Amino acid sequence: MAKSYPLMSHIDTLLQFHIMCSHSPPLWNSSPSKRREKCLEGIRAPCAILSLRAAAALSCISWSGDQMALETIDKTAKYIVLTVQDYSLFAWRALMNLFHPPIYWPDFLIQSDIIGVGSLSIVVLSGLSTGGVLALQSAATLSAFGATAVTGQFVSLTMIRELGPVLTGVMVSGRNASSMASELGSMVVTEQIDAMRALGVDPLRKLVTPRIYSSIAMLFFLTIVADACGILGGGAVTVFMNNQNGTQYFAMAWEHLRFPDIVQGLVKPLFFGYILSSIGCFYGMRTSGGTQGVGRSTIQAVVTASVLIIFVDFLITQVLLSLFAGWM
Amino acid sequence: MDVNSAFTQPAPVPSPAEEPGPVVSFRNVSLTFAGPPVLQDISFSVAPGETRILLGPAGVGKSVLLKLTNGLLRPDEGSIRLFGEEISHMPEQSLFALRLRTGMVFQEGALFDSLTVRDNVAYQLIQEQVADEEIDRRVREALHFVGLDETFKFFPPSLSGGMRRRVAIARALIRQPELLLYDSPTGGLDPVTSTTIIELIVKQRDVYHSPSLLVTHRLQDAFTMCTHRFDAATGGMISLPKGQTDPNTTFLMLSEGRLIFDGSLHELVHSQIPFVREFLQ
Repeated sequence: MAKSYPLMSHIDTLLQFHIMCSHSPPLWNSSPSKRREKCLEGIRAPCAILSLRAAAALSCISWSGDQMALETIDKTAKYIVLTVQDYSLFAWRALMNLFHPPIYWPDFLIQSDIIGVGSLSIVVLSGLSTGGVLALQSAATLSAFGATAVTGQFVSLTMIRELGPVLTGVMVSGRNASSMASELGSMVVTEQIDAMRALGVDPLRKLVTPRIYSSIAMLFFLTIVADACGILGGGAVTVFMNNQNGTQYFAMAWEHLRFPDIVQGLVKPLFFGYILSSIGCFYGMRTSGGTQGVGRSTIQAVVTASVLIIFVDFLITQVLLSLFAGWM
Repeated sequence: MDVNSAFTQPAPVPSPAEEPGPVVSFRNVSLTFAGPPVLQDISFSVAPGETRILLGPAGVGKSVLLKLTNGLLRPDEGSIRLFGEEISHMPEQSLFALRLRTGMVFQEGALFDSLTVRDNVAYQLIQEQVADEEIDRRVREALHFVGLDETFKFFPPSLSGGMRRRVAIARALIRQPELLLYDSPTGGLDPVTSTTIIELIVKQRDVYHSPSLLVTHRLQDAFTMCTHRFDAATGGMISLPKGQTDPNTTFLMLSEGRLIFDGSLHELVHSQIPFVREFLQ
């Protein structure tokens, strides 16, 4: 489509006027005042033209700048929408593959071992540390109100309802979403995925579906481990550093737990496992650009999975709190 | 190498869907990624028992054409028929079954790094849950065919580039496919290893007579294939008498995404097309 530049038409009019002026009768036929006027006009007109040209050029630059900005926004918006669409289809197909043969059961076990057993150490360590820190911080605050007795309740509720699932999700995402993205990405850039397709095997069934279901199952159990370690860590700090009664700590931790707390804590890892594995596999499978692309995919996978886990945690918490409003 | 002992499994039974017509047929196929068209208006076919060598400089779309042949990529326009079935719009799930009838050798081998040579070669058989003893027997036969018996338990990273290509050929051949696709099988290899690979391809062509489409930019490999045959007695490749060429080995040439030549070796060397002349020189 032809673009219109309003300022340019004014310049054209002025140029025409200047041309008319230059074709007007010579100056020596005019009076001195008129001559002076004409001379000034002769100076003014080119100056005006030059300034208008500059203004027009600036206008064009500004217009093309706006246009470029719009195009960038347009491209980015389309890219985001297409990525969300691709991801949704990818994640849905990978999930539904469990209900149609062939199902590669041995790969489920292998992935469960890699994701579950492999992540156990980081989950245990982070759980213990977080529980300990919670006990330290809460005891310091609660002592101001003479309520250090409720440290156990505070630590257990915080770990089970919130920190256990989110921490496990983020830790496992850092370890496994990156591993999935880099492994699958490397397979893409070395044509191993194409080779798999050429050998008549669906990479989505063989590589993605087992990873997703294994992550969901393993994150569920890892969260339980993280919760238990967090409460234990809190207990250790309470007893050995805060010099409080351990029995009281564990009694408070246990007695104030309710069914909705457990449900909240165990529903979240199902979603987080799905998010971290599907995002990791998605970015891995759409890798392009050689080894640099693998690195890029890995970063994108970890960042997206971690941010999504925290965001989805907020949504799930909101939904579950409203669902269990009567129980609380 | 003893050809008679290699691949003792029965010859493939032609599937009922197979037509007596061409194994592969491209009709006015075009494909564009971001930027200028990669392939434009490509038409050619591969007849049963025919070996077609696709020539052209690097980056002209040869590998893309090969991936289109078994549905790893989809064309923007035109029709591609594989074993008589239109695959341009075929769902991926249906394509998996069709691809089991083809064997593809990728440019860099594309072996699975985390699997042993045995598991790489037997990949399809493992997915089909064939008995372990049967798998071992067939893998050993395939590795014997490519002269790599000793690599059974090795992992791909411990193999040389030429060995990896030979393992990739063994993987492509293990199910005795009805069509073979070779993507620059000698690219980046030294002349001696290249000749070994070409010898294997000629052996496969002359022993099993499977149709194939071979992509290369190396003229000497293409000419060797056309002017040599496999000799079962010596177990090696020998030259055809002077002036003779293999009648079932013909050439295609791509330039700037277009098919500019389709014919025999004689027609190729006497072609007056400027690009062909330049390429040959």
